[in-house]
Amino acid sequence: MDRFNLNSQLEHLQSKYVGTGHADTNKFEWMVNQHRDSYASYIGHHALISYFSVAQNESIARVKFEFVEKMLQPCGMPVPRDE
Amino acid sequence: MATEDIRRPATYTAPSEVFEDLVGDDEEIDPFKQRTGSRRIIDRQNEYHARMFNRVISPERMDPFAEGDVKGDTRSYADVMRERRWDMETPTVEDSKSSSEWSRTDDETSSVSKSRWDETPRTTDDEMDTPRKRSRWDVTPQVSTKKSRWDETPTHPTVQMAQRWEKDLDARNRPLSDEELDAMFPATGYKILEPPAGYVPIRTPARKLMATPTPMAADGFVMLEEDRNQTYDLPAEIPGVGNLPFFKQEDMQHFGKLLDDKDESELSVEELKERKIMRLLLKIKNGTPPMRKTALRQITDKARDFGAGPLFNQILPLLMSQNLEDQERHLLVKVIDRILYKLDALVRPYVHKILVVIEPLLIDEDYFARCEGREIISNLSKAAGLPTMIATMRPDIDHVDEYVRNTTARAFSVVASAHGIPALLPFLKAVCKSKKSWQARHTGIKIVQQIAILMGCAVLPHLKNLVEAIAHGLEDEQQKVRTITALAIAALAEAAAPYGIESFDSVLKPLWTGIRKHRGKGLAAFLKAIGYIIPLMDAEYANYYTKEVMIILIREFQSPDEEMKKIVLKVVKQCAATDGVQPQYIKEEILPEFFKNFWVRRMALDRRNYRQVVETTVELAQKVGVTEIVGRIVEDLKDESEPYRKMVMETVEKVVSQLGAADIDTRLEEVLIDGILYAFQEQTVEDIVMLNGFGTVVNALGLRVKPYLQQITSTILWRLNNKSAKVRQQAADLISRIAVVMKTCGEEKLMGHLGVVLYEYLGEEYPEVLGSILGGLKSIVNVIGMSSMTPPIKDLLPLQESCIDLVGRIADRGAEFVSAREWMRICFELLDMLKAHKKGIRRATVNTFGYIAKAIGPQDVLATLLNNLKVQERQNRVCTTVAIAIVAETCAPFTVLPALMNEYRVPELNVQNGVLKSLSFLFEYIGEMGKDYIYAVTPLLEDALMDRDLVHRQTACTTVKHMSLGVFGLGCEDALLHLLNYVWPNIFETSPHVINAVMEAIEGLRVAIGPATVLQYTLQGLFHPARKVREIYWKIYNNLYIGAQDALIPYYPRIEDDERNNYERYELSMWL
Repeated sequence: MDRFNLNSQLEHLQSKYVGTGHADTNKFEWMVNQHRDSYASYIGHHALISYFSVAQNESIARVKFEFVEKMLQPCGMPVPRDE
Repeated sequence: MATEDIRRPATYTAPSEVFEDLVGDDEEIDPFKQRTGSRRIIDRQNEYHARMFNRVISPERMDPFAEGDVKGDTRSYADVMRERRWDMETPTVEDSKSSSEWSRTDDETSSVSKSRWDETPRTTDDEMDTPRKRSRWDVTPQVSTKKSRWDETPTHPTVQMAQRWEKDLDARNRPLSDEELDAMFPATGYKILEPPAGYVPIRTPARKLMATPTPMAADGFVMLEEDRNQTYDLPAEIPGVGNLPFFKQEDMQHFGKLLDDKDESELSVEELKERKIMRLLLKIKNGTPPMRKTALRQITDKARDFGAGPLFNQILPLLMSQNLEDQERHLLVKVIDRILYKLDALVRPYVHKILVVIEPLLIDEDYFARCEGREIISNLSKAAGLPTMIATMRPDIDHVDEYVRNTTARAFSVVASAHGIPALLPFLKAVCKSKKSWQARHTGIKIVQQIAILMGCAVLPHLKNLVEAIAHGLEDEQQKVRTITALAIAALAEAAAPYGIESFDSVLKPLWTGIRKHRGKGLAAFLKAIGYIIPLMDAEYANYYTKEVMIILIREFQSPDEEMKKIVLKVVKQCAATDGVQPQYIKEEILPEFFKNFWVRRMALDRRNYRQVVETTVELAQKVGVTEIVGRIVEDLKDESEPYRKMVMETVEKVVSQLGAADIDTRLEEVLIDGILYAFQEQTVEDIVMLNGFGTVVNALGLRVKPYLQQITSTILWRLNNKSAKVRQQAADLISRIAVVMKTCGEEKLMGHLGVVLYEYLGEEYPEVLGSILGGLKSIVNVIGMSSMTPPIKDLLPLQESCIDLVGRIADRGAEFVSAREWMRICFELLDMLKAHKKGIRRATVNTFGYIAKAIGPQDVLATLLNNLKVQERQNRVCTTVAIAIVAETCAPFTVLPALMNEYRVPELNVQNGVLKSLSFLFEYIGEMGKDYIYAVTPLLEDALMDRDLVHRQTACTTVKHMSLGVFGLGCEDALLHLLNYVWPNIFETSPHVINAVMEAIEGLRVAIGPATVLQYTLQGLFHPARKVREIYWKIYNNLYIGAQDALIPYYPRIEDDERNNYERYELSMWL
């Protein structure tokens, strides 16, 4: 009953927040979410993005663009799930 | 005292409750009457809704979008269109045949009997176009619609009852057997005779019919319980389903198969599947909530395995059943909703079937059923896709049956809202211009109307397109099409208000020329459209167009048709509300006719007319001012018809409350007060309208009412003395309404007098009246203040512990008038009030504790309350804890905390829990004041969080939550971190209340000490080998993530790359 209670809303939660996890989340999935969240956060905080662009000697727009591009496959190819 | 005698019953008669009981008896009210009635949906629906059963769940259709090979025998779009055509034409042919002998003068294309507009209007206002049902020549006339269409022959419930009854009688009337006779007679003293040789027993069945049924059971007295299983042929348990709370005879039709005891191993896969679905459906329909829940989950999870066909073939006939109840329908609809998600495109061949069943929900009178229907159709159209939806519903658009067209139009509007108007627009344009049949045009335009009603202001971006798509309908040759077009335009304008007038340019001319050409229903619809368009216009145009339409409106003022009256009133209201219409114009042109036709007694009799007239008059008053309107109707306050007086009073009340009484001159004022007094006194039915009107007018007049106060007061006093309780109550209510004005007028003496009188009436026996009298007293006390109150407060108090509100107010404002000892006595009395059933009383009591504690200091009150924690009753303890927290809030926590924490040392579960609960409420109420007390209560919380008792830990967690949320940002992280260490081990609790409290405590701590710390606690268990551990840790992580997604970014652990993937977040290592 408790498991039922605990995870009853999980599916709904996951559909609303992609970054949430569950007992079967593996390292790769977790890390991908972390990276995407990180990039989103960098882009959202202007101070951070300007810091990164100064550090890399790039324009802010380019750094932003690169971050958006990197969100596609931030950690490389997915790891096949062992079922 | 003489008044006393009248009011009180003689002391030596029976108590008043007994009298009331006796009086109440002859009314014979059965409190369960409403519930015993049938709950079947069909019993509360009208004939129109019953047309649902004329529809057939059509066979599957081909899915042209399906991949792979398509089954050859399914019907395609072309087949369906052909069938529909056949349906359309057969009755026309028949009609022309049957009437051929008559010289047909009327050569209209349609054979629908024209609905004469002067017939009694139908109740539903947007169904102005319901054509009569025609009998079709190729159909055997149906005796009743109560016939199910399914292949089983169903037995009607009443027949089943009769059968049960008959069986019972047969059993009682069977001849006695020899054994039975032996048992009945003594063994000795009797001789069994042979029947005579020629005797033949009479076997004629006719005689049997004449026999009187024996009232006794055959074998003497039988306990009814033993009998029950045989008299009903219903199973107690269904194999494979388990015990159901109920299984109705009607369920046998659908679920009978489950009872035939076949060996499951002999069945084919298909049959097994069918049985499986049947069991799940039965559980969902008749099961207990937990059964239902699991069954619903199973059927959803396995939806794709079962396949769309087998599922819908069972669910849909159930939904068409005649005996469906609301709850059952709701559950089945829910099943459809769930499986739609899973089936997705597989659902396509069944779209029409589903629509046939779901569409009737759209016109159900129950609001929630309509919502449910919309939801399903919206999901269905998302699952099946727009092309399928259009292809499926297109043939129904010009269906012969108006019911089908109506429901289809509504369904289409839902599809439009699901896929967006632009996607549907090309189709709509084509349908609205259809040359083939006027029905198609009519339905197309109706779709637009429904879209406007459903989507509201969301039509704005497409308004021009929508209006243009239907504009030509205003000049259609069919009257019904013209009417629906006008209604659709009205709906669009209503949805678009106050924007979008430019989109209506193209229809203005046909509308305004139309009102000169048409009469009756058509005219009503046109007027309605105009009424909604005028408010969108700017002042100048509105003025011009209003003048144009007003001639017609004034002519129609005299119309005897109720529907027309309502529309005319509404349009007048809308026109009057626009800026462009001059008050002068209204005064001269509209008002005389308006009052002549609508301010008549007859209008007050019908509830809807009444409301419309009042609203319109109030709207007109906004333009022409109070005097103009009130002056015209004030004399009618003395009219002989009571409903009419009420209508006048309500109008006066609304007008005066919106516009004030500054305009009213002395003469009018005099007449008005006079009229109001008359109307108030002459009520036969005590009505809130009169009371409100009186109160509002007196308050609006303010100081000017002074000369009349003497008269008003004597009226009140007179009525306070009345025999009827209602009248007394109303009089007391009136006092509380006008108390403020009396003070403004400087009539303290009069108020004092009223106070004394009310005080005398405190012996009132009816609680409602007593409540009103106390309310009156309270308002007088409020206005004139404690000190000048007559009678003095201390006389008032001992009598009235029951009126806690009053006590609280007195404690708040004038505590010094009562001694501290007296207050303590009141405290004890108040404790009893915590047992009250009404929440309002308990709440008032708890607040009063706060006031009293403030007045006499918290110590004594607190001691009383802490003692009360020992009582058994839970509700009482809960209220006490709340009271303690409130005392702490009003008297500063340091006055309360020491005693409270000391009480925790009492080794008693209830007391300790009470203390913890008080602490929890306390920290909730004091918020950031809590920062000074955290360190003081931490040891106590430590102890509670380590206690063996679950409730201790749960309540302590709740306390931690409130505490941490209160002190967020105030530098108490150290103590909170310490507490987190005690909270954390509780995360593996399984009891739902405890785990929720723990989770909330962690959430609260997350806010106060930051997500980073909590994340560090969480990381250790996210990838723990035990699933149970991982589950709860991920749950905490998810809460954390949702609460502080962005803040977590810098704190995620550093993970090194491996040979496959790169996990490092290099950006964070950049350094300048």
